[in-house]
Amino acid sequence: MDPWYITLIKAFLVSIALLGGFAYLTLIQRKLLGRMQHRYGPNRVGPFGLLQPIADAIKAIFKEDIVVTAADKFVYYLAPFLSISFALVAFGAIPAGPANSLFGFDPWVMDLDIGLLYVFAATSIGVYGIFLGGWASNNKYSLLGSLRSAAQMISYELGLGLSALTVILITGSLNFREIVDFNVWGMHPLLWIPLIIAFITYFISSTAEINNTPFDLPEAEQELVAGYLTEYSSIKWALYMMAEYVNLFTAAAVLSSLFLGGWRGPAFLDQVIPGISQWPLIWLLLKMAMIVFTFIWLQATLPRFRYDQVMRIGWIWLFEIALFAALLTAALIAFVV
Amino acid sequence: MSKTITKNNKKETISNKSEFKTKLMRINMGPQHPSTHGVLRLVVDLEGEVVAAVKPQIGYLHTGFEKTMENRSYMQNVTYPNRMDYTASFSHDLAYVLSAEKLMDAVVPIRAQRVRVLLTELNRIASHLIYFATGLLDMGALTLYFYTMREREDILDLFEMIAGARMNYGYFRIGGLAYDVPEGFEEKLRAFISKFPKMMQQYADLFAKNDIFLARSKGIGVLSQEIALDYAMTGPSLRATGVGLDFRKAAPYSGYEDYDFNVPTATAGDVYSRFMVRFEEMGESLKIVEQALNRLEPGPIKDPSRHISLPPRDELASSMEAVIFHFKLVTEGFHPAKAESYVATESARGELGYFLVSDGGSMPYRVKVRVPSLINLQALESACKGGLFADLVMTLASFDPILGDIDK
Repeated sequence: MDPWYITLIKAFLVSIALLGGFAYLTLIQRKLLGRMQHRYGPNRVGPFGLLQPIADAIKAIFKEDIVVTAADKFVYYLAPFLSISFALVAFGAIPAGPANSLFGFDPWVMDLDIGLLYVFAATSIGVYGIFLGGWASNNKYSLLGSLRSAAQMISYELGLGLSALTVILITGSLNFREIVDFNVWGMHPLLWIPLIIAFITYFISSTAEINNTPFDLPEAEQELVAGYLTEYSSIKWALYMMAEYVNLFTAAAVLSSLFLGGWRGPAFLDQVIPGISQWPLIWLLLKMAMIVFTFIWLQATLPRFRYDQVMRIGWIWLFEIALFAALLTAALIAFVV
Repeated sequence: MSKTITKNNKKETISNKSEFKTKLMRINMGPQHPSTHGVLRLVVDLEGEVVAAVKPQIGYLHTGFEKTMENRSYMQNVTYPNRMDYTASFSHDLAYVLSAEKLMDAVVPIRAQRVRVLLTELNRIASHLIYFATGLLDMGALTLYFYTMREREDILDLFEMIAGARMNYGYFRIGGLAYDVPEGFEEKLRAFISKFPKMMQQYADLFAKNDIFLARSKGIGVLSQEIALDYAMTGPSLRATGVGLDFRKAAPYSGYEDYDFNVPTATAGDVYSRFMVRFEEMGESLKIVEQALNRLEPGPIKDPSRHISLPPRDELASSMEAVIFHFKLVTEGFHPAKAESYVATESARGELGYFLVSDGGSMPYRVKVRVPSLINLQALESACKGGLFADLVMTLASFDPILGDIDK
């Protein structure tokens, strides 16, 4: 256990890293989308467009901050902050390496025994940011966008939770550190079946949870202009965008911690460089990068689902398949293993 | 609606109307909206996400072309048609010159006809490429946009070679063409013809088999054949309901009867069939382009009559007569006999024709354009009512409206 002031410093550093990561994720996203679409993407500001995020940030800060006259002022201001704070807070429970590996400190902010529940709770509160923002804007497009958003996130949390349940049943813990430490090679081989099903449902659910294509309905600009963001400008708009990208990071981190071994590297590499699979940060970041790349890849490839189709997929397919995986795991654990 | 419930052994009737008031939400889509394909305004009544009514409001791009054309000579008027439909300019050019030529009894040389057909069909492909780009964009698929724009760019390069401009070409003249096609055009066009089928396969791979695209377009925005005919719809949107009406086949003009091509139709009348009819049409247009190119033989490109075409430039220095004809044509223009003319053509969007009335003067007495976008748009409400809001956007895109074409 680290003293409280170290934890505070770590929390601060994680927030800074996430916000910096957000800035450069926008650049990477635009570059990748550009490459996939026969164009260059940003390459004017700085070498290879590396200063583009900074230019964007300056623009966002200095743009006129328009507040709608008919808006519910308090909620209107509160909503983007709710969104970004809970997006940042959610990341705290994810471990990035073995204990005492980061200059003698633990590479996580909190070692929570209910880590998974904590992440789910924090990301769920993030929905309020979107919902309240759309409602407080007093704009019909915003209202439709936020209603869609709330409905979508709530329906997909079910699939998310049930898929995670499979992992919880197998590892017997809600603590991310213990989930990562679980020796997956030592378990009964039949348990791989529900785990793989749960991985797929969890991946699809988290795609919907973070409003990525093909589930990017809340801001379907062709229908709803900018959805819940329509009446937001300047830095408040930037806060929403931040929250969205930070959620992307969190989803990638949770996904890799639950299913891909988190901060652990492949053990066979230890024969080349001893101890490399135990190095902190690097493996988690690599796995997150892979998942984030897949999300961006989806953005370039797929059209968007319709509202009712999204609901049907969430409630009829994902919910039931994830439930099946969880029940299968429970049955396997009770009768076979 | 009212329902009866039992409460405290007493039957009470609760009228939903008084207890739970529901109101339709009226949304103004446009004129500045990302998916109205121009400055179209849709007044949409929504019941939740279900569309209860759609009223298209037009006129935001009204330019008064018809009235302007009544105050210009027939020759000067060549400038205006291509500005109405900026994605398929050559179709409008062709429709206007055909109608004016009918008024004048001009004889268009065979080479000029071939070039006209070739360019119009290329323009049809370019227009359909925009259709796919923006239609799929409305569905949230970003990438196809850049793929189709890449090939459209090749077509625009060809047009730039011909007319010196990427839009508003003004290359057709009454009685023929402004000048012959430049050197190097044929090779470049052949390169495009050999490349394009591969590119079409790419588009098909990207969207036609995509499950999300199918789920979003099949059975959406369905128009029955009767409704489509009642609204006098034409073009691909009508052919998607099973009516094989194509003016290139039904009333051939510009020598379309010589070309071998099919008219793709579909029967479902939904967004998907409107997309696929246009997709197959691109292949047919490419066939026509290839045939026209193969049959392109050297020859005159203008009506030889001095009363219709300007005399060749080199004659002006040596022939007094040529100078007089040139002066008369440029300052005053020609005087067609008192008559009316209308030639129905098949533009990328449907039946397009210019109704010209001549009172014997050098300017048309009346110009009326039968534009396909405007007439097809009327069926929007029948296709969208009861559907979802997201489908409204898709249905509108599948009608392929061009606001310049609608508002004139």
